[in-house]
Amino acid sequence: MNTKGKAFKYPDNVDTDVIIPARYLNTSDAKELSKHCMEDIDREYVEKVRPGDVMVAGWNFGCGSSREHAPLVIKTCGTGCVIAKSFARIFYRNAINIGLPILECPEAADAISAGDEVSVDFGTGVITDITTGRTFKAQPFPEFIQNIISAGGLLKSLKK
Amino acid sequence: MGMTMTQKILAAHAGLESVEAGQLISASLDIVLGNDITTPVAVNEFKKAGFDGVFDKDRIAIVLDHFVPNKDIKAAEQSKQCREFACEHCVSHFYDVGKMGIEHALLPEQGVVTAGDCIIGADSHTCTYGALGAFSTGVGSTDMAAGMATGMAWFKVPAAIKFELRGKLNKNCSGKDVILTIIGKIGVDGALYKSMEFTGEGVASLSMDDRLCICNMAIEAGAKNGIFPVDGVTRAYLKGRTEREPREFSADPDAVYEQVIEIDLSEIVPTVSCPHLPENTKPASELSDIKIDQVVIGSCTNGRMEDMEAAYNILNGRKVADGVRCIIIPATMKIYRECIERGYITAFIDAGAVVSTPTCGPCLGGYMGILAEGERCIATTNRNFVGRMGHVKSEVYLASPATAASSALTGYITAPKEETV
Repeated sequence: MNTKGKAFKYPDNVDTDVIIPARYLNTSDAKELSKHCMEDIDREYVEKVRPGDVMVAGWNFGCGSSREHAPLVIKTCGTGCVIAKSFARIFYRNAINIGLPILECPEAADAISAGDEVSVDFGTGVITDITTGRTFKAQPFPEFIQNIISAGGLLKSLKK
Repeated sequence: MGMTMTQKILAAHAGLESVEAGQLISASLDIVLGNDITTPVAVNEFKKAGFDGVFDKDRIAIVLDHFVPNKDIKAAEQSKQCREFACEHCVSHFYDVGKMGIEHALLPEQGVVTAGDCIIGADSHTCTYGALGAFSTGVGSTDMAAGMATGMAWFKVPAAIKFELRGKLNKNCSGKDVILTIIGKIGVDGALYKSMEFTGEGVASLSMDDRLCICNMAIEAGAKNGIFPVDGVTRAYLKGRTEREPREFSADPDAVYEQVIEIDLSEIVPTVSCPHLPENTKPASELSDIKIDQVVIGSCTNGRMEDMEAAYNILNGRKVADGVRCIIIPATMKIYRECIERGYITAFIDAGAVVSTPTCGPCLGGYMGILAEGERCIATTNRNFVGRMGHVKSEVYLASPATAASSALTGYITAPKEETV
């Protein structure tokens, strides 16, 4: 599995309230919710994102609320992967559970510039900045988590 | 190797002699919690996966608290979906309008959660119940669905930071000032993936409401959970209240901590978190030129009886400043009723405040106190992120009930005086 697309850069501590503001949480419809993805930090994200594009952010991405709607809207609007220096723990768990690929890689998060063409190989954890030609290696998931992802999410892994 | 209090609870629920930081375990759950925002997503997943029933109808709690009484048609549809699921599966701890409260004030109050429990909740502030000596952590809706179906959850055993508390709080400070001070010190990811274990001789002087408030905001430092030892205060609180027998765990004397941080409670001052991160803390006394438009006293962090009492002691017989909207929200129906009986609500109204029935409403910018562009609120809530309480160009300052009430009287951020609290 892999993804390839343009990089969108975000700072440290991107919280779940800016990813999907609570004022829209009166529905659980993913398509409807995804129209507001990143609205309070980047109003143009939903317009500009193309399938496979990559979010690149700083420390503690996804901090705050436990709302699973956050990784869900990022995935639903076509984002192929989130690379961050670190993730808040509930967001990390939720992303795995719903099948949004995420990678922790501080070096890549620093080096990749907004608009760079980036490709990511989830099997090996190798991140390539095609624009600059640099490659980075992210920590691969532990086997336990790889099993959840390969089953297609937590609930499917439980039903197996 | 010795275990922390959290590790001991997790080992017991995983059926293991011992566990160590970093180990992946599957643990049995005592309570699985959801609210009117996260439960509908969990119910959809639960159905999609084809589960027939819940693992134990008495171990699931569904609380309608974020948008109730419903703020609009969509919110009403979500509540309806929760209600139907609770009815279909005979969920015994289902709390609807009239019985409900803000989940993290309600479950301890009703004795649904107790010492020694292993709890997950599809709400980030589920870490609150660590105040009772339980392991309790926030998860997402898919984890809630899996927990409801199987009664189990996977965890990575956390490492811990020990907070050694000594001394006693000054009269104008409370648990909120303690946790804001700690978050200011270690940052919003200072305890990422870790346990915050509060110990030391200073613990005994903290009330249960203080401890619930402190553990509530452990997530604001990125922590997996916050936890207090079980002592006389815990036992007195649980007595006659808890539905299940409490189990007392304590850290081994040789438990391993990644870091030990000493906190002298007597040195803590009324503290405020400035926009737009909880770690941006300053003494309230340094912010006296910050003019405010709104005050919110309530939430899962500070809507308990002692919080209402702190607000009453300051507002009683005085007036909210002109141009300030003061919104007070007791966190549960029991607290609301007690406020009526004690005459607090009359005093709040006479002071010029409004009082709502329990709801999370304004804390997450849902309803009941949304801010316009450029407006400022001082709130006893837990997050001051961009747009949290309304417009992206509005601002939230986090503070204790005493600081929020004192600010309501002046219209500027105001530290509570020792003699008025």
